[in-house]
Amino acid sequence: MITLESFKRRDQVFKFLTDNDHHGIDTSKGDILYIEDLSVSFDGFKAIDNLNLYLREGELRCIIGPNGAGKTTLMDIITGKTRPNSGSVYLGQNINLLEYNESEIAQLGIGRKFQKPTVFEQHTVFENLELSMAGNKRVWHTLTAQLSGEDIDRIDEILLLAGLIEMKQLPAALLSHGQKQWLEIAMLVMQKPRLLLVDEPVSGMTHQEMEKTAELLNSLAGEHTVVVVEHDIDFVRSIASQVTVLHQGRVLAEGSMEQVQSNPAVVEVYLGE
Amino acid sequence: MIRKILNNDLHGKIFLSLLFILTLYVALANLLIPPDHLLHVSTYTVTLLGKYLTYALLAIAVDLVWGYLGILSLGHGAFFALGGYVMGMYLMRQVGDRGVYGNPLLADFMVFLNWDSLPWFWLGFDQFWFAAIMIILVPGTLAFVFGWFAFRSRVTGVYLSIMTQAMTYALMLAFFRNEMGFGGNNGLTDFKDLLGFSLQSNSVRVGLFVSSALALALGYLCCRYIVNSKLGRVSIAVRDSETRVRFLGYQVDHFKLWIFTFSAVLAGIAGALYVPQVGIINPSEFSPINSIEIVVWVALGGRATLLGAILGALIVNYAKTYFTGAFPEIWLFALGGLFIAVTLLAPRGILGFFQKQDQQNPLKEVAEK
Amino acid sequence: MYVIFIRSFVFLLLLFNLNQSIANGPEQAFKLLTSSSFDDKSIAIGLLAQTADATSYSLLNAMAQGYLYYVKKNNRFVLAKKQGIKFHMTDALTGEDLGLVSKRKVKKVSVNNKLRGQISTVISNFKLFHADASIRLIAVEKLMANASPKMLAQLQTIRLKESDPDVLDAIDIVTAFSQLESANPKHQLSAIEILDGHLNPSVLIQLKKMSSPGNNASVRLAAKKSVSNIDSKVSIFGHLETLFFGLSLGSILALAAIGLAITFGVMGVINMAHGELIMIGAYTTYVIQLLMPNHIGASLLVAIPAAFLVSALVGIIIERCVIRFLYGRPLETLLATFGISLFLQQAVRSIFSPLNRPVVSPEWMSGSLQINSLLSITYNRLYIFFFCLAIFALLYLIMTKTSLGLHVRAISQNRPMARAMGVRSQWVDVMTFGLGSGIAGVAGVALSQITNVGPNLGQAYIVDSFMVVVFGGVGNLWGTLISGLTLGIVGKFLEPETGAVLAKVLVLLFIILYIQKRPRGMFPQKGRAAE
Repeated sequence: MITLESFKRRDQVFKFLTDNDHHGIDTSKGDILYIEDLSVSFDGFKAIDNLNLYLREGELRCIIGPNGAGKTTLMDIITGKTRPNSGSVYLGQNINLLEYNESEIAQLGIGRKFQKPTVFEQHTVFENLELSMAGNKRVWHTLTAQLSGEDIDRIDEILLLAGLIEMKQLPAALLSHGQKQWLEIAMLVMQKPRLLLVDEPVSGMTHQEMEKTAELLNSLAGEHTVVVVEHDIDFVRSIASQVTVLHQGRVLAEGSMEQVQSNPAVVEVYLGE
Repeated sequence: MIRKILNNDLHGKIFLSLLFILTLYVALANLLIPPDHLLHVSTYTVTLLGKYLTYALLAIAVDLVWGYLGILSLGHGAFFALGGYVMGMYLMRQVGDRGVYGNPLLADFMVFLNWDSLPWFWLGFDQFWFAAIMIILVPGTLAFVFGWFAFRSRVTGVYLSIMTQAMTYALMLAFFRNEMGFGGNNGLTDFKDLLGFSLQSNSVRVGLFVSSALALALGYLCCRYIVNSKLGRVSIAVRDSETRVRFLGYQVDHFKLWIFTFSAVLAGIAGALYVPQVGIINPSEFSPINSIEIVVWVALGGRATLLGAILGALIVNYAKTYFTGAFPEIWLFALGGLFIAVTLLAPRGILGFFQKQDQQNPLKEVAEK
Repeated sequence: MYVIFIRSFVFLLLLFNLNQSIANGPEQAFKLLTSSSFDDKSIAIGLLAQTADATSYSLLNAMAQGYLYYVKKNNRFVLAKKQGIKFHMTDALTGEDLGLVSKRKVKKVSVNNKLRGQISTVISNFKLFHADASIRLIAVEKLMANASPKMLAQLQTIRLKESDPDVLDAIDIVTAFSQLESANPKHQLSAIEILDGHLNPSVLIQLKKMSSPGNNASVRLAAKKSVSNIDSKVSIFGHLETLFFGLSLGSILALAAIGLAITFGVMGVINMAHGELIMIGAYTTYVIQLLMPNHIGASLLVAIPAAFLVSALVGIIIERCVIRFLYGRPLETLLATFGISLFLQQAVRSIFSPLNRPVVSPEWMSGSLQINSLLSITYNRLYIFFFCLAIFALLYLIMTKTSLGLHVRAISQNRPMARAMGVRSQWVDVMTFGLGSGIAGVAGVALSQITNVGPNLGQAYIVDSFMVVVFGGVGNLWGTLISGLTLGIVGKFLEPETGAVLAKVLVLLFIILYIQKRPRGMFPQKGRAAE
């Protein structure tokens, strides 16, 4: 807002002139994502029903719940793939995510990893990461862009972290399922997002791979805010601080893993019926 | 610069060298060697080769948009034809009072239709620079507008292809009407000269041939540059997994729009070089079958290789010239059969067939480590 | 001419009052007919006119046309047609065949132009008394713009005895029309009132004349109002006619497109050879007509199942030999089927001829239904419209009531799931493609009745079929039907404004823009699996 007062200030530039990476996400209150009274239905079926969720900056949240609870739909709405019927989704205090499309939301600093690995099969592992790299994603820029030494180093760093350094020049199609999952996580990290949405990262992985993934995600939290959707309870236990249980489009319970596990409603939903 | 673009592109280097040699030979053989000599290249052949080269440029344009971006455009012939019409309008204005009716300002067909003045959209076409700009603007604008609407609403796949076909079909119907002001079903023809030089003379024909070769070479280099750049990689990613690219933060619609427009401009330039060599442009150039044929050239040669498109264009058009001369009845059977054979048996085209050999190796290397 | 009018009607009027002379009339007339005096014959005609029966009618008719004779010996009237040097005779009154008679035995009842004129008026007036009301109606309507005052007076008398309401109306209208020119404004006004809404062109002309200056003010006003009334009616009927043509075109588009919608909806296959399958159906009709040259009426009924089978067969061959290998690759199928389309076109050119082939419409399909003087509905288009609806109804039944239909719907919604439940997807694909192709063939039969049958027939309809499918949404019968009808109607309504070609271009543009808003068409497939 430009008020007359702001014209007089000589020590500040107008807000709209300062354009940092993430359009100035205002997390002064500590929360990075506000979801309020969110509802969406498909052909009469209410997928999300008056959902309320708040994410603190830097936390590692797990979202669990039975199939059809609305977890993936929630992610779709946050990332702009689906439009809700009502409710609001705010990134920080000031950015209304419902006004932007998928590409813009990604640029705002929200990265997503999908349930099924969707790496670019015809591109090499290196190229996959190059494409995900944060930075100017406009048409002309990509035409003239050159990879700097720094960029290459950063990519190599992440490849090392994800254990994919040896496959650097291989087409991604040749990777195993688990390796593809890591590639996708690596791509996510390359985007330098503030908020990571990770959808079932360990499906199809061995125990060792799961441990490694847990390590990776834990290390990401703090600098980034991470939301993980998962079914595997052991995995959740190994990473989570806070857990949110979704059921039939609403938040059923929230708290630490122990609290949630002893919640009778949760028990009923998972074991009963 | 050129060296940089062709850095890893051995085939490209070979191609450009061959093109250079061929162009040089043909030009000299026609101009310097006397007609009865064995090594002479007749003017007819020069023009034919020039025509093939413009087709090759058109094929690259389609490969760019189909092979690398995944948009099967069944209407690129429209951009080719529009470029051709622009050039045709310039050439028509150049005729001046040497037309059948002798009217210095109006073309013959306009006099025939009893028009008394030049329609507004013909103004300016007596200047070459204006026509040159229009060759780029007209197909480019159409592509931009069409793409703007289509890509923004996320029309993809088969639906998009059908829309492109509808576009060229609608243009064909429109241009067939006499009232449109482009010569109706007779089109524009009986050209006399270009930039003051007679179109019938040998040297001009050779000049056009050389220009076509040059355009092809430049077109190839531009496309190769794009394809090797990050822009090219993003395009391929869009071709393979569009949604994923969106979630990476790229405005996919913009990418599609610009590449589609660029490709349309290439096609328009090809058309503009085609018309003075062939001597006529008429609305049947807009017909859907022409556009679909281009796709077959690219499919036969091998998509997403650029050189495959050139190869396919040359082979198919040579076959067409041969068959329609020797066995006209069979040509359509052959063409139809070609479509079927290529899609069933050689989905990666000729060059793709050779490329397959390389792909086995990377896996072997890793396994051996 | 006027003289004859007066003469004949004076007689008629006289004779009206002499009912008892009806019985003697004919005999007297016969006597007078044999006279050589034309005047006598004129009187005779008048007497015969009075009888108003069929025999007199045919006698007078024969007389005017020159084949009424009488046998010299007994004054028996005969109809004589020349056969060689003799005449073949039939008794004029009883119709009895009298065989060949020498010319010398009979004498012609000769007529001159005057008499001919009189006879023709009398004959048409006969129809005023005809037993059949519809014939009477036509006779009255004929008098519209050329009724003499005497005639008008006679009409009034006839009116008293007339019972049929339509004929009564017609009489009033004719009378009113004549009143339009009356000197008395009151009569004019009442005439205008009676004629309000009448669609006869002469009425309109007359009313327009009356609304010009020089007439009484109130008359002018009334006339103007009436003219605008008629004009609006004209435009309404004009619109109705356009609507009819639009529905007709739309039903054809829908019929041509439905096969494509089925194959695309179920199998995701864009079949560019679809137009050629339509063409094959049309050529099948041609061949059937060649085989049954004497039964054109039945030929269509035979052609329908024949075309279905032929096109279905060709479709199945295409599916088994080409499309089967290209599943999951819609763009490749598009190209391959385009090749097939070229192949089929050239094959037809080689087998039959590059020129169009003549296909005849059976009698029961020619002609038209006249609703009023402004609106006539051609039978062929009408039949095709209902035929199209029938086909859709049939398809609907197949889709919803048969097991094939159930399997088809399952596969189009979720193929893997359907296969998991035991649906033999390959077999269903073959049957579906066959069904779609067969329907295309049937569409070809319908098309053969209204358009030229040639190798390029398919090309003319392929783009339109695509448009219908894309616009209507895929995999949905309703969508295709409504889409086709809408596009047909929109196109036809645009035509008078913009001309046929531009109308088509605009429709294409409209669809392109519509697809922006709703990329999946009007009635898209729903559900997650549809993506």
